Amino acid sequence: MQEAMISKAKALLADGTVTRVIGWKRGEFVYDVTPAVFESAQELDEGFVYDDFTAANVSKYLIKESRKEGKILCFLKPCDTYSFNQLIKEHRIIRENVYIVGIPSDGKLDAEKIKSKGITGILSAQRDGDTVKVETLYGIETLPLADAMLEKCLSCKSKKHVIYDELIGEDGEVIDSDRFDMVEKLENMTAEERFEFWRSELSKCIRCNACRNVCPACSCEKCVFDNPQSGVENKAPADSFEENMFHIIRAFHVAGRCTDCGECSRVCPQNIPLHLLNRKFIKDINSLYGEYQAGEDTTSRSPLTNYDTEDCEPKIVHERGVE
Amino acid sequence: MLKIAIDSLGELFGKIASAQTLYIPADRPDGEAEYRKYEPGMKLTGRLNTVRSAKDFFFPQTESLVDFKVEGKNIEVIDPRKECEDFVVFGVRACDARSFTILDKVFLADPVDSYYKNRRDHGTIVTMACTRPAETCFCGTFGIDATAPEGDAACFSDGESIFFKANNDKGQRFIDSISSLLEEGDTAKLDEVQSKTREILKKLPLAALSTENFGGDKLNEYFNSDKWGELSESCLGCGTCTFVCPTCQCYDIKDFDTGHGIKRFRCWDSCMYSDFTKMAHGNPRLTQLERFRQRFMHKLVYFPKNNDGEFGCVGCGRCLSKCPISMNIVKVMKALEEK
Repeated sequence: MQEAMISKAKALLADGTVTRVIGWKRGEFVYDVTPAVFESAQELDEGFVYDDFTAANVSKYLIKESRKEGKILCFLKPCDTYSFNQLIKEHRIIRENVYIVGIPSDGKLDAEKIKSKGITGILSAQRDGDTVKVETLYGIETLPLADAMLEKCLSCKSKKHVIYDELIGEDGEVIDSDRFDMVEKLENMTAEERFEFWRSELSKCIRCNACRNVCPACSCEKCVFDNPQSGVENKAPADSFEENMFHIIRAFHVAGRCTDCGECSRVCPQNIPLHLLNRKFIKDINSLYGEYQAGEDTTSRSPLTNYDTEDCEPKIVHERGVE
Repeated sequence: MLKIAIDSLGELFGKIASAQTLYIPADRPDGEAEYRKYEPGMKLTGRLNTVRSAKDFFFPQTESLVDFKVEGKNIEVIDPRKECEDFVVFGVRACDARSFTILDKVFLADPVDSYYKNRRDHGTIVTMACTRPAETCFCGTFGIDATAPEGDAACFSDGESIFFKANNDKGQRFIDSISSLLEEGDTAKLDEVQSKTREILKKLPLAALSTENFGGDKLNEYFNSDKWGELSESCLGCGTCTFVCPTCQCYDIKDFDTGHGIKRFRCWDSCMYSDFTKMAHGNPRLTQLERFRQRFMHKLVYFPKNNDGEFGCVGCGRCLSKCPISMNIVKVMKALEEK
């Protein structure tokens, strides 16, 4: 796949369709790839990589990149196309300045997850069917694929590209995923248990803002929490603000716009399952307003910014969730 | 050398904790490790290091510096500090131990930061030599020996026993306080473990990384390097690298009106944030490129310039593991070195 992508990129650079390519650049180890912009065939040959660790969603970078001179080529995985579409809908990306090549993804690996199984000194990682073989400084380790795969890929919602100019390989289908299973589990907890769950998770927050900064739905020019004039600016976890407010406010803010790309949980240095907050909103929107997938198209109105006489009434809050 | 069997560590921790507060790196349900206040039954983690560093005990992410109570025209100034108990941080790695040399140069230089000093005075750092370094480790780059850590007292494991060595008077007092549980032991196996670890350290992927092209005299060479643009291009501007870093020391101070008084509050700041060092006239670093450059120039050029060549990094590798987009000081060093 990587070779096909490099050839495609070189061809589009050579015929003048694009002037730049956004993709992933090889790092020091097998897993530490960085999103990067390539401007020549030589740069592509030197560093372009597409493999089991190229998980980063590059759609958000296109807000900035599509405002630069010339057209840019981006390679989007199915999940990334939903983020891209949503940003088009929100008038954040200039579509004409982007050439999209859809690429398939069969799930990405998570180095942090592999390390959490006690595996250290990672030199290489190879997928082999349902297992992953990891070569380390201390010998070879084999672990089940599920123990090494990113959470966002384990509960993949779609293999379908919802926007592209061309595709490499066959397009896939929307998947009947199990992504709401954990949300259901949380819903079935008592209020005390649920409170305990979220308190113990959110109290790990170090307020690094990685979740917000990576989130394609968080594209405000100036976040209210970074604005000293707002009165709610905060750069440290203080007074249990994170447990009670920050992540919940953020989940509300992106409700109806979050495509469930899973980047928030991927980047959290403290492994807080932030995606579960967003999935709760998505599940509720589905059940209260009808099935809705943010980013599926660029024209439909989000249930939360639309009015319909069939909409649920505010009293739903009291009807549900009261123990 | 004095030692205790690993099977008896619980007894040792119990004894330390009966005299003063003890923190040990323990496993978390998600497979990571973090420092926890010791409670009976708690086990030392098998992970190499914690997500948050030992810096947190001496320079916490948030703290109240002073409270003001206003009544009419009178202002009462209240010192909110209550920390006066001795504590032990056990199992600190060689990289994190060196971070205190760096932090001391900042906080114990004139004018002394009395909040930091208070905690340094009350805290005993007991280090643990590494036996299984990770691919992200590069403490050797900064002259740190992972098999012979600094700290007040150092521990060494041969897989069966933990051996103790005092590095200073405070460390000796610590060992004296637990000596009833220790016995004299043969270090033959330990020597073997240490030489094996040294062999692994030589084979680490980053073993060849050197500081020879960095230091206080490199300001003009690197400040205007055209590499910063491409290096900072994908930086998200989050604070992950600075907050997991054992040596990042920048902070912000603010006064808060609580409605019934004023609290002067200090918290970690991050040079990656858009309002970092914002002053009355505005912000001196308007782009992420400038903010990104600040972090690495500080560690590789400004800090050694002002501190007798001491670099502001200890090679713990946390930023290599945790950066959401895997950009880090190693990649920066290698890119800047390319001519």
